[in-house]
Amino acid sequence: MSAQDFRHPLKRARGLGSAQSGLGYWWSQRVTAAVLVVLGLWFVAMVLSLLHIDFATARAMVAKPWNALFLILFVVTAFWHVTLGLHVVIEDYVHTRWREVVLRMVVTFLAVLGALAGVLAVLRIVLRA
Amino acid sequence: MADTQRPLSPHLQIYKWQVQMVTSILHRATGIALAAGLFLVVWGLLALAAGPAAFAYFKNFVGSAPGIILLLGWSWSLFYHLCQGIRHLVQDAGVGYEIPQFVCSSWLAVLTSLVLVALVWAYALFVGGVA
Repeated sequence: MSAQDFRHPLKRARGLGSAQSGLGYWWSQRVTAAVLVVLGLWFVAMVLSLLHIDFATARAMVAKPWNALFLILFVVTAFWHVTLGLHVVIEDYVHTRWREVVLRMVVTFLAVLGALAGVLAVLRIVLRA
Repeated sequence: MADTQRPLSPHLQIYKWQVQMVTSILHRATGIALAAGLFLVVWGLLALAAGPAAFAYFKNFVGSAPGIILLLGWSWSLFYHLCQGIRHLVQDAGVGYEIPQFVCSSWLAVLTSLVLVALVWAYALFVGGVA
């Protein structure tokens, strides 16, 4: 009889079951989703209003306080939602642990990069307008 | 592929194709497409911040044939993911789980997304194209 057989079942279950962060994750995804319903529709309207106007007018539009605020909110919330969603996709389909961890980190890194670039761009537009 | 000893659920080839399955798959696929599309948004903002030349280059890409195709795909993905997302939020509240309701809401999400994307492109064409 090997030593492993004397272990309490809980010892073997640890690390295989719930990681305890599921509920917080679930809520973040739903709250960002609900916010993006509103911001997504607003963003489409914003883009449509920018069609066929010249560069200076487009910049002035984006630089308006409410527009700039909602654009920053949209970019940050969207990248947050993307990170949560893509992490689930990776966890579902990538079953080799090191690949899963690396891919998740790549997604997080690119999302942070994208969100910061977007926010910085809006701030530059606001400051120059 | 898998290096764990945990059981895997049966995959696509096991099931009969039905609308609520296709909408579920499309929700994921459009989500992944939208993740890529978000970088186009960032590019647009960066171009607008950089100056007229960079913005003209961006508009030129968006107005090109590949740009229009991507925009068509992304705009439909956005509306589909949005409609389907609302359906999922309603289901998260515990509503609409009877099979006929489930099938009906699937079709409703698909049709609404098509109507919305058609309206947006009709407006864009009405004001004279996208770029």
